Parts: sequence; structure tokens; C-alpha cells
Amino acid sequence: MKSNRHGLQAGKLLGIGGHYVALGAISLLMLVPFLWMLSTSLKEPAQIFVFPPEFIPSSIRLENYTEVLANTPFHLFYWNSLYIAILVTVGTVLFASIAGYAFARIPFRGRNIVFLVLLSTMMIPHEVTSIPMFLFMRMLGFINTHVPLIVLPIFGAGGIFGVFVMRQFFLGIPKELEEAAMIDGCSRWRIYWSIMLPLAKPAIATLTIFTFLTSWNEFYDPLIFINDRELMTLPLALSLFTDEVGTAWHHLMSASVMATLPLLIVFFFAQKQFIEGVSMTGLKD
Amino acid sequence: MESKLNVPLSPDKRTSGTRKKSFNREANLTGWLFISPMVIGFVTLLLGPLLLALYMSFTDWPLLGEAEFIGLENYRAIFQDAEFWTVVGNTFMFSAGLVPLNIVLALGLALLLVRKLPGIGIFRTAIFVPVMTSLIVWAIVWKYLFATDTGFINQILQMFGITGPSWLYNPKLAMPVVIVTSVLKNVGLNMVLFIAALQQVPVHLYEAARIDGASRTRQLFQITIPMISPTVFLTTLLTIIGSLKVFGQIYVMTQGGPDNSTKVLVYYIWERAFKNFEFGYASALAFVLFFIILVFTLLQWQFRKRWVFHEE
Repeated sequence: MKSNRHGLQAGKLLGIGGHYVALGAISLLMLVPFLWMLSTSLKEPAQIFVFPPEFIPSSIRLENYTEVLANTPFHLFYWNSLYIAILVTVGTVLFASIAGYAFARIPFRGRNIVFLVLLSTMMIPHEVTSIPMFLFMRMLGFINTHVPLIVLPIFGAGGIFGVFVMRQFFLGIPKELEEAAMIDGCSRWRIYWSIMLPLAKPAIATLTIFTFLTSWNEFYDPLIFINDRELMTLPLALSLFTDEVGTAWHHLMSASVMATLPLLIVFFFAQKQFIEGVSMTGLKD
Repeated sequence: MESKLNVPLSPDKRTSGTRKKSFNREANLTGWLFISPMVIGFVTLLLGPLLLALYMSFTDWPLLGEAEFIGLENYRAIFQDAEFWTVVGNTFMFSAGLVPLNIVLALGLALLLVRKLPGIGIFRTAIFVPVMTSLIVWAIVWKYLFATDTGFINQILQMFGITGPSWLYNPKLAMPVVIVTSVLKNVGLNMVLFIAALQQVPVHLYEAARIDGASRTRQLFQITIPMISPTVFLTTLLTIIGSLKVFGQIYVMTQGGPDNSTKVLVYYIWERAFKNFEFGYASALAFVLFFIILVFTLLQWQFRKRWVFHEE
């Protein structure tokens, strides 16, 4: 009896051990690319070919970073990505929340049908509309500017998804609050702006992370609309580095580290919100 | 998580007769005013372009010069375009490789991670990090890992005395490499969705099963999998739809090569539209993609509707 119990416990421990081993292996597989990227970014070019490969470089070369910063307008790529992502996020949150509020709370004519039409267009592949959009933007003289990169996501599938998210959230807020304000003679704008919007902070936070990350990582639109180097965003600039520097992996990796690190740091401080925000992608499409 | 989607569409109609009229005019006006930015944006930037794209697909539309209406000629040409069939084959091969791998791995990881063991959060974080990393950075790093001479993977193989192949320059290996890279990039997303679903399974079901002496394997196949199957099915459909639109990693890692072995639909559309500037032909190609995606989307909606009904 006693030994049997011991056997059971041993089995359980073994099971838990196996658990950790399996998880550890997969996690390592996910982290190796980052560690190798960091390691290569600090190596002398000659060290890259050293065999067997060394994870911790024997001498550290920070010039890989300064050279990239000096030889490319890296600060501009950064700035472009950052300010575009911020404008897209602010625009999306603003327009999506006000429309979401109307869809949730104002009983206007045609509300359901408009909402359904909006929702059903979310599945249109971006590649279909991007061809006429390119011609449209060319007609307006917006090729090789940031205008399409800012405007298209706000009113495209991302924005419509935002409307959906905000509407669902507003539907869950008790009506009494609003009715009381209505009796006090508050306008709908004031109800939206001073009562509903502050209450929607959790939904706004999730939508903000989702939108910011989507914009920050966006590749297809910049590829189509941007030609000048100074106007490029980080992903586009990095994708062209691969052609330009060829096998200058130490430069490519230091550029990749610089592009990735800030976001990773933010992620570690706000993991829960990030996972929530990014998981919304699973609901999109 | 899915429950968010099941909120009834028509909100309450509580407003009574006489008040309704005066209420309505103001409500109509404010309502439309509030949604107007979104609606104007939608009409000019989505609906308009969609209709224009449809028209373009019936034309020969070069970068410069006049567009010419040619009816269904583009569509006819597509079906006789040998490269198109290669591309469709590659796209389906990508999906057929990626989707099962992604779903099985995500499910396995979710089952491991749902147990409350000390330190388990670290693993979840590690597996999720690639999801929020830029696809382009991820593809660049993996291109480097799979490089023929300097790549980490071939260096490791060399330590065991194996001369590694030139992964991304071999028509047989390039696609599998892109698939594995893509699975690792996004498996964390499905994993998180599955964890959420697993946490919804009522604990008393397992307790009852344990009292009945059901083994762990039986519990998995008779309780866990059936209970989360709606989520698994929806996630699978969404993963299929996403995989049909693969582009960024192909652009960075292979540029569709070698020998067109990784050229997928969106890459082909991009190439025809923005490298060759054959806008008419590319639009027709895009509508073929649209149609394929539409089939899966309708399937997903149908399923969602039935499932919601079932739940209620």
C-alpha cells in the first residue's frame, strides 16, 4: 500500500518533470532566434564564421550598432514607425469609440443594417482593395507619403474591428448611468465624452495595444506606397537591408535588435494587456 | 472570449409611442453624425475600391495609358496561366502544412500550460513573444539561422558531422522551412485562445470522470476535446484564412523562389500588380483569392451562428 503510493507520487513527479522538459524545449526554440540575433549583433564580422558557434561573443563590438545608426537614417525609420502608429491608434480609438457608442446606445434608423454591412466587409482581403487604392492615392498625389499608411488602417478593417470591440463594450455598461445624465439634460456628445469614454478604459487599452502593434508591424502597405528611404517604416527598411547589406549579418542583426527591443521591454511590463490585445486578432478576420 | 461575439444584434426597443417620435429625429441625427466618419471612410476607402477592383478585373489596365474593357478575358487567362496553378498549389501546400502543425502544437502547449504549476507563466511568455514581434524581423532572423554557410542550424549539424543542405535555395526544402518559421511565429496566438477555452471547461466534469475511474487519456478525448471543439474549429478556420494571405515571410526569406517553389497567391498578386503593373490581371487574381477566402468565411459564419444557437 505504502510503496504503491510512493510509486504513484514518483510517477506524478516524473509527469511534472516531463511537463517542464517539453515546455522548456519549445520555449528555448522560441528564444534561440532572439538570443542568436543579440549574440550576432555584438560580434566581430570574423567571429560570425567561427566554428563551433559561440553564443557569448569572445569580444564585444558595439560599433555594429553605431555603424548602422551612422550609415542609415535609422532614427527616421524609427520616428516614421512611431508617429504613424500613434496617429493610427489615436484615430482608430477616437472614431471607433464614437461609432461604437452610437451603434450600442443611440436608436437611429438603419443602425442594424449599417452595422452588419460594416462587419461583413471586415473579411475583404486587403490585397483586393489595395490595387484601386494605389491608383486612387496616386491620383490624389499621396504616393510616397505617409497619408495612406495613416488613413487606410483607421477606416479599414482595423477600424471596423475597433467599432465592433467598442460597441460590445458599451453594450455591457448599465443604462441607468446614461438615463440619469439624460434627465439632467446632458447632450449625447457629453454622455459619450464624459461618462462612457472614461468607463471604457479597459476596452480602449486593449484596442490601443492591438492597433499600435498592427501598425508598428505593418508591411504590405508601406511596401506599396513608400519609395523614398527617408519615409520608410522599420519593417520595410529592414526588409530592404537584406538586399543591400547581403550577408553583413552583424549589421542586420543589430538593426533587428534595435527594432525589436523597445517593444519587448514594454511587453514584459504589460504582458497581460498585451496578450489580451494581441489575442483579439483571433477574433478578427 | 468568444462570448463577446454572441451579443444579440438588435438592442432594446423600450422607447414608447409618443416619446419615440421626437426622440427619433434627434437620435437619427446624432446617431448618423456619430457614425459618419466611419461610414464615409468605409464608402470611400473600402466599398468604392472594392467595386472599382471588380471593374478593373474586367479590364486591361496598365500603369500608364488607357484602360480597356475586355470582359472576362482576365479570368479566362488566369485559368490557362500555368504559373497561377503553381501558385495556387503552393498556397494550398503552405496551408496544408501550416494549419495542422499550428493547431496540434498550440493545443498541446495549451494543455501543458493550463495546469497551475509554479513558474509556468514564464513559458507562456516565451512562447508568446514571437506573436508580437514583427513578422519581418522574425523572417530575417530565421533566414539567417537557415543560411547555408553561416547559419546556426547548419553549424549545429556540422558539429554532428553532417553537412547541412542549402535550405532556402533548395526547391524541396524552402517551403517546409517557411512553414516551420511561420508556425513558430504564430503558434502562441492560438495557444492563448485554446488556454482561454480550456479554462472554461467546468471542473465538475473532470471530478465526475475521476470518480468513475476514467484515465487521463480518456478524460482528454471524452471531455476536454469535445468541450473545446467549437473553439478549435473556429480557430482552425481563422488560421486557414490567415494562411491563404501569407506574404511577408515569403517576401523576406525566398522572394517566391527557388524555382517558384514558394510563390504564393498574395505574392503573385503583388508581383503582377506592383512589379509588372498589370492592374487588371492582378485585380482578377485578387478576386480569385477573395472568392477562396469567402468560402471559408461563410463556413465560419454559418458555424458561429449554429454554435451560438446551440449554446443558448
